Parts: sequence; structure tokens; C-alpha cells
Amino acid sequence: MILRFLSSVILLCVVMSAHATLNIEIVGAGEHQIPISIVPFSGEGKLAQSISAVIASDLKRSGLFRPVDAAGRAPHEPQDVKFADWAGVDALAIGSVVVGEDGRVDVKFRLFDTLKQTELTGQAVSAKSDQIRAIAHHIADMIYEKFTGDAGVFSTRIAYINREGKTNRLVVADSDGYGEQTVLSLNDSIMSPAWSPDGSHLAYVTFEQGHAVTYVQSLLMRQRMVLAAFPGSNSAPAWSPDGKQLAIVLTRDGSSQIYLIRPDGTNLKRITFSDAIDTEPSFSPDGQFLLFTSDRGGSAQIYRMPVDGGYAERLTFEGTNNFSPRYSPDGKGFVFMHSDGKQFLIATQDFQTRQMQILTDVGWEKKPSFAPNGKLVLFATEAQGRGILATVSSDGRVKQKMIPQHGDIREPTWGPFLK
Amino acid sequence: MMKKLIMSVLLVNLLAACASEKPKEVAPEPAASSTAAPAVAPAAAQEAAPAVAPAAAVADELNDAGNALLSARSAYFPFDVDVVQAADKPMVQAHGEYLGKHAERKVTVEGNCDERGSSEYNLGLGNRRANNVKKMLVLSGAKAAQVKTVSFGEEKPKAIGHDEAAWSQNRRADLNYGK
Repeated sequence: MILRFLSSVILLCVVMSAHATLNIEIVGAGEHQIPISIVPFSGEGKLAQSISAVIASDLKRSGLFRPVDAAGRAPHEPQDVKFADWAGVDALAIGSVVVGEDGRVDVKFRLFDTLKQTELTGQAVSAKSDQIRAIAHHIADMIYEKFTGDAGVFSTRIAYINREGKTNRLVVADSDGYGEQTVLSLNDSIMSPAWSPDGSHLAYVTFEQGHAVTYVQSLLMRQRMVLAAFPGSNSAPAWSPDGKQLAIVLTRDGSSQIYLIRPDGTNLKRITFSDAIDTEPSFSPDGQFLLFTSDRGGSAQIYRMPVDGGYAERLTFEGTNNFSPRYSPDGKGFVFMHSDGKQFLIATQDFQTRQMQILTDVGWEKKPSFAPNGKLVLFATEAQGRGILATVSSDGRVKQKMIPQHGDIREPTWGPFLK
Repeated sequence: MMKKLIMSVLLVNLLAACASEKPKEVAPEPAASSTAAPAVAPAAAQEAAPAVAPAAAVADELNDAGNALLSARSAYFPFDVDVVQAADKPMVQAHGEYLGKHAERKVTVEGNCDERGSSEYNLGLGNRRANNVKKMLVLSGAKAAQVKTVSFGEEKPKAIGHDEAAWSQNRRADLNYGK
């Protein structure tokens, strides 16, 4: 019995790595863009992927950098850098790649401030040849942090559902949509993936048992367990910041209500008591409050309540409905899906000013989540008749679409910083 | 620790397996009844009846394609509404009366939504649609134990498309007597 159960789990969790090519479109620019030249690294022509191109693409996507072509100038070592040659840029990155006989790749990188004419940082990294993109994302994070003072998110990962025909795949990918890895593949719907705070587990919802059941799966061990399979729907998992409990939504007592539960499925405790739909809980970064969607006032709106229970305060009043709240990483506001009855748009709202800012304009945008540095928002939208990934900078200035070659993308969620 | 985890996984799975066990089938149904058209035109259904209803099943009025109310299996809802509409009440009540007379029969009410709104809110809305149909079935004679409910939210659209033509088909509660 145990064996049979385990083997069925293993079958479900077959990992496939798809090297899907994406079509990436970027629109808009930040207010103050830093012009930077990333000189093609010496030796990178031997790699399947150009490191300098991935770094440039990462930085451009942030909206805060403007990559400037090196125009044939090709210093690779510090002594080759002549600052007089780089008057048009504020920053210069150079580097080299050596592929060893064992297939390992040694990458050296240096970053210069061309105005102050000084070296800001540098690093030497040795990795396997399939880690090229990871190295490039790491270097882009270093550059981003040096010039903006904020942590970079290029090395973080995202999760989403890719639906193709009847097949639904739960996928984890790099934040730029590359490096897809299939965590779970089913012929039933998968919904609402949620990252544990340390990035080691995903909670998610599937219909493989005929109704919505919530699972927790380890990304390292691939082992998964049922978190909640009560009669009715078991959905909308959200992890507390300390990872010690999740908020989930159950209909076992009638309408959708929010409960707390430990990651091992014990200590279930109901915390909302309405006859309305209370769903989509999101923990505040300090773990003290929950945002959630409720139609207790007659239309779906966003509310905030203490995790211990108590008074739920309505926060949204604009448009006809508001859904899918997620706290910003600094806890000062939240992102959500705003509707005027016709369109569904991504918006943010500040707790103090209570001002809503609409960030998108297409009208079919769902399921927003913040990057862990709070500077970008990931969401699902449509292009060419298919569900795609998109990001928008949290000031609304820079928008990016990531269009995969196959399938409909749904339910994206941005993962945490990996420590 | 590991053992404990596996045991708890097993326990939860066993419980889940019990909870989701399908009711035993009583009588096979002709294929026609499970593909009831959304708008039931009695005239058309009567024409089809002699061709599809096998002689053995005629005794069960559920399988009588000539019965416009019982051969319909779907209730439709306006946007963000979960109350059974006046147009569908006679159909739902007829099924409630049928279940009252056939204690051996069981039905699952499946709540569905269009794709507008969030997927989680729609899962909740589909649950309420299914529950409201169940309430009306029980008020009309069914025993609560005969009626299961499930919500598919916006996950199982019948019609694909970002327009009212598709959405109106997808805001639906289906009565599923099993296959």
C-alpha cells in the first residue's frame, strides 16, 4: 500500500525540463535610467548562451538601466579599460569565460563606475555549463544592487500553470521565464501555486480527486502530501512569513471561509465567520494581518483582519469589484486585481494614503504578485489569443510581456529570495 | 519524523479516498440524457425521444427525453449571481421531486463560473451556485444525503471565448447523475 502510494506520487512528479523559447517585449522606461555597457565576455562565444546578453536583458527589463552597445570596443581585463572611451555610459561591465576540459565554466566579472573611474565590484565564479543563465542572473543582481541600492531579483524563480489541451503543468522557471521545470503534470486543473517563504516548497490546488484539494510539495525531494482534502473545496493556500502555518480556504462548513493549518495538515482553525465568500488570504510581512477577498458587503472587495481573528476592515471602494490582494514586501501597501465591471486591471494601493494606482491598461490582467524586492509585479494576461506572463514595474512605467511558444499560462506567482 | 509524515500523508489520503468515493450506479443511462441542450426545446426533445430511449429505460422518467424538465440538467446564472433563476426553478424542482420518489438515486450538483473575476473567488461562487441548487432540490423532496455538491469554479468552461455568448454558457450548475 505504502509502496503503491509512493510510486504513484513519483509518476505524477516526473520532471521535464523544457527549453522553451520566449518572445519578450518590453515597453516603457524608468524615469532615471542608468546607461550601462556590458561588453561581450571573452570566450562566451563557446557557450550555448551569451552571458552578457542575459545580463543586459535582465537589466533592461528592470526599466532602471539602458544597455548601450559596446560598439566593437572589447576590453576584458581591468588594465584594458580606458575610461575616456566610455563617456556615454555611467557603468561598464567586462568579463571572461573559460570552459575547462571537465566541462566546468569559469567566469570572471568586473563592474566599473565610469564617472568616478573606479572598480565597484567583481567576482569569479565556477559552475557547470548548464548554470550559465544562473551565473548571468547573479551578475545582473550584483550590478542592480550596486547602482540602485535594492536587492536584485534576477536570480529568483517564479511558478505558474501552463495549460496545453487537457494537460496542466505546474512549472517553476527563472524570473525571466526561461529554464522551465515541470513540477507536476496532470489531466486536471491545477490552481493557486504558493511558495513557502524559503522557496523549498509549493502549495497548490488540483482537481485530480474530483474536487479542489490542496497539496504541499517539496521542490527538492519532489515528495508531496495532501494538506487539506475535506468535503467541498480546499483552496487558496498562503504561507505565513515564518513558514509555520498556512491560511487556506475551505467550504466544508458551507461558504468559502478562511482557516489556518500547519504545513503537516494539523491544527486546523477557522478564522473567518461570515456567510459570504472569504478567500485569497495573503499574510502581512510581519505575520500579524491577513488581506483577503470577500463579498460580505455585496460585491467582491478587499479586506484586512488580524490573523488571530477580529474586525475585518474594508480597504477597496473603487470600481465594481476588487480581487486577489497580495501584500507588498515592505508591508506598506498591496497589489490586487481591480475591475470596473468590464476590464480587469492590476492596481496597487497604499495603506496610509488609501490611494489606488492602476498599473496596466490592456483590461484582461489577473493574479498579480510582487517580486521579493517590491519593484516589479508579475501577472497573467493574454496576447495572440493565449495566456502569457507579464510584468510591470511597481511605478507602472515599464511593462514587459513574456510570450511562450506553447500553451496557456495562468496563475503566476513570484517566489522569494533564496538564501 | 519521516515515518510520521508518511503516515499522516497516508491517513489524509485514505480519508480523502473515502470522501471522494463515487456512489454505486443503479441503472445505466442512455447517452442522450447527459448531453442535454442548454435551452431545452420540448418539441425537439420529443422528436429525438423514440430514437434514443431504449425500451428498458422508459420506466425511469429521468431517461425520458420527452420529459422536458427532467431531461434538462443545467441551471444558468447571471454574472456574479448564485440564486436559482425563475426560468430554471421548475426544472430544479422536478429533479427534487424525482429524487424524492427515487431514494436510490444520487446526484452531484456541479457549480461553474465564467472566467471573469479571480479563479479563487469563482471557486467560491461555483460552490454557492451548487449549494443553492441543492437547497432547492431538498426543498422539493430530495434527501440531503442524495445530493453531493462540487465547485469547478472557472476551471471547466463549456464554451471558450471572451464574450457573453461563451460566458452565459459557463455560468452554470449541472445535475450529474453519474455516467
